[in-house]
Amino acid sequence: MSSTPPSSPLDKLGAVSQSELLPEVLTLLESQFSGKVLSVCVNLGDWEASVAKGSVPEIMRFLRDDKRTDFKMLADLSAVDGLKMGLVPRFYVVYHLYSIKLKHRLRVKTNVSEEDPAVPSLVDVWPIANWFEREVWDMFGIRFTGHPDLKRILMYEGFQGHPLRKDYPVNYRQPLIGPRN
Amino acid sequence: MDITELNKTEGVRDTATREADALETKEMMLNMGPSHPAMHGIIRLILKLDGEVVKDCEVHIGYLHRAFEKMCEEGGYLQVIPYTDRLNYVSPLINNVGYCMAVEKLFGIKTTERCDYIRVIMSELSRITDHLTCVGASAMEVGAFTVFLYMIKAREYLWELIEEVTGARLTISYTRVGGLKSDLPAGFAEKCRTRLKEVRKVNQEVHTLLTKNRIFIDRMKGIGTISQEDAVAYSVTGPFLRATGVDYDVRKDNPYLIYNRLDFDVPVGEYGDNFDRYLVRMEEMEQSIRIVEQCLDQMPKGPVAVDMEGRAIPAEFMVDEAKMGRTGGLLEVQAVVDPTLEGGTRANFNAVQTEEKRAILPPKEDTYGNIEGLMQHFKLVMYGHGIRPPKGDTYQAVEGANGELGFYIVSDGTDRPYRVRVRPPCFTILAAFPLTCIGWTVSDIIPTFGSVNMIGGELDR
Repeated sequence: MSSTPPSSPLDKLGAVSQSELLPEVLTLLESQFSGKVLSVCVNLGDWEASVAKGSVPEIMRFLRDDKRTDFKMLADLSAVDGLKMGLVPRFYVVYHLYSIKLKHRLRVKTNVSEEDPAVPSLVDVWPIANWFEREVWDMFGIRFTGHPDLKRILMYEGFQGHPLRKDYPVNYRQPLIGPRN
Repeated sequence: MDITELNKTEGVRDTATREADALETKEMMLNMGPSHPAMHGIIRLILKLDGEVVKDCEVHIGYLHRAFEKMCEEGGYLQVIPYTDRLNYVSPLINNVGYCMAVEKLFGIKTTERCDYIRVIMSELSRITDHLTCVGASAMEVGAFTVFLYMIKAREYLWELIEEVTGARLTISYTRVGGLKSDLPAGFAEKCRTRLKEVRKVNQEVHTLLTKNRIFIDRMKGIGTISQEDAVAYSVTGPFLRATGVDYDVRKDNPYLIYNRLDFDVPVGEYGDNFDRYLVRMEEMEQSIRIVEQCLDQMPKGPVAVDMEGRAIPAEFMVDEAKMGRTGGLLEVQAVVDPTLEGGTRANFNAVQTEEKRAILPPKEDTYGNIEGLMQHFKLVMYGHGIRPPKGDTYQAVEGANGELGFYIVSDGTDRPYRVRVRPPCFTILAAFPLTCIGWTVSDIIPTFGSVNMIGGELDR
C-alpha cells in the first residue's frame, strides 16, 4: 500500500466520481497523523485508511470537525474476523464515514488482536456508535472502552459466545433458557 | 379582571397544587411490545411515564434475528440473493440490486445498459410499494382505515406487475451477479404505464383524504420532531433525514446505475415532524413514478420473450438432440423453458447479462444444447465451484426505501463470501427513536413509530 493512489483501471469502478479530491483527504490524513495513520490507499475506487487502534477517537474527531474532510456521518461500523484468512492480528474494526456536504466516503480500518479485543469507543464523537458498537460486541466479542452501556443488542442476555466469530459453529445449539421472573 | 378576583383564582390554584403535592405521584414503567399491534412486527419499547408523558424510552431489538450475516458465509455468492429478499421484505428488489452491485464491484463487472434500466425500474416500483405500505399503515393507526385499503389496493397493482416480471410477489430473487434472472415480459411498458396511472389516482385520493384532514394534522403536525444535527449525528438517512431538511439521497449524491441520466427531485421537509415525513414519502412516490416513466422511454429496446418465427423447441427435446450429436441447428433455435425461467433464453440474455463468464449462467439454449454451456453452468452451480470474485473488500450503498442501504463484502477469493455486512437503514433510525418520543405522550408514539417504517427483517437481520 502506498500513499499515492494507484492508477489502475480499477479506480474507475467506484460509484463515487469525485476522485480528484482523493489525494487531498488521504494525504491530509497522513501528514496530520504521521505514525498514527499506518497506510492509505484506494481500494476499488473507495478511499481507505488504516489507523492505529489507540488513536481512533482523535483521528475520527479530526475527520468529523475539519472543514476539508467534514465527515459528519458515521455511516457504518462493523468488524471482520480474519481467523480463516490467517490475519494477524485476528480482527479488524471497520468504519465507513460519509460527508453529506462534500459527498465523499472514507473507510477506516483498525486492527484488533485476539488477546486484547478492545477499541476506544466513539460514542462521544457520534452517538450512533452506541448501537453499532453494541452490535460488534454482541457478534464478535470486541469490547469498546468508554462505552456507557455495552450489552448485547440482537442476541439475548445469557447467550453464550459471539456468533459471527469464525470459530463459532453455524449449527451450534444454545442451551435452553427458562422464563425470567 | 379585578385584582382581588385574580388573587382568589391564584389561591385556588395554590390549593390544587398543594393537594397534588400531597398525593403520592410516581413514574410508571410501561412495556410496549414486542407483541403489540402498532409495533409493526416485533420490537419492544420500555417507557418511563409521568402521567401520559414519556420521560424515557429504551428500545429493545433483536426479536427477528435470523443470522443473516452468518448464513451468508455458509453458501455461495448466488445463494445470498434469496436471503437479501428477506431483509426489507416490503421492497426486496432494492436489496437484490444492492447486493449484486457490491459483488459486481468486487469483480469489476459492468452490466449492460438495458439491465441497468430494468434494475432502476424495479427498484423504483419497490420504493413505491414500500412507501404505500408505510403511509397506509401509519394512517390506519391514527384511524384513517380507508387510506390503508386504498393504498394496499395500489400496492397490489404494482405487486401484480412485479409478479409478472419476477415470478413471485415477495421473495423475488430477481437480480443475478452480472445481470438479471430474465428480461421483461412482452407488453410490460404499457401495463406499467397504466398501473402507474392508477397509483397516481390513488395518491390523489389519499391527498384529499389526509393532507388537509384536521384529525390527521392534529396527530401528525409538530409531533415526533428531530433536529437536523441529531439526525445526522445518529446517521439517520432516507425520508426520515430528508424530512428535517437535509437533501441527502444516494441516488442523487453518489449516483449509481443510470440515475444520473434521469430528471427527478429530492423532496425535503422543514420541521422533521411526522407530517413532513408523510409529505416527503408522498412526493417521493410521485418522483419514483416520474423515474419509471423516463426509464420506459429511454430504455434501449430488447427482444420480447416470444419467438415470432417458430424456432422454439422444448428443452427436453433439445437435450435429446444434443445427446445424439445433432447440434448443428441448435444454435439457431430457442428453448421453450419452464415459466419460472421465461425471458431467460438467449435472445433476452444478451440484453440483460454481461459477457462475464466467471459470473453469469449461460442461457438455457447453451446449457441444454452444447457442452461448453453445460460446463459453464456446472462450474457455476456445483458445490465447491461457484463464482469467485477476486480477493478484496468493498462497500456499495444504494438508496433503499428507508435510507442508505449498504453492503460491505469481504472476499477471500473462494466461492463463498467471507463476510457480508449489511448496513440497515432502520437500525440507525431506531437508535435515534427515543429522541423523537421523549416529551410526547404515549399516543404520539403510534404515529411517530409508523413514520419510522420499521422493517424487522432488515433491522434484526
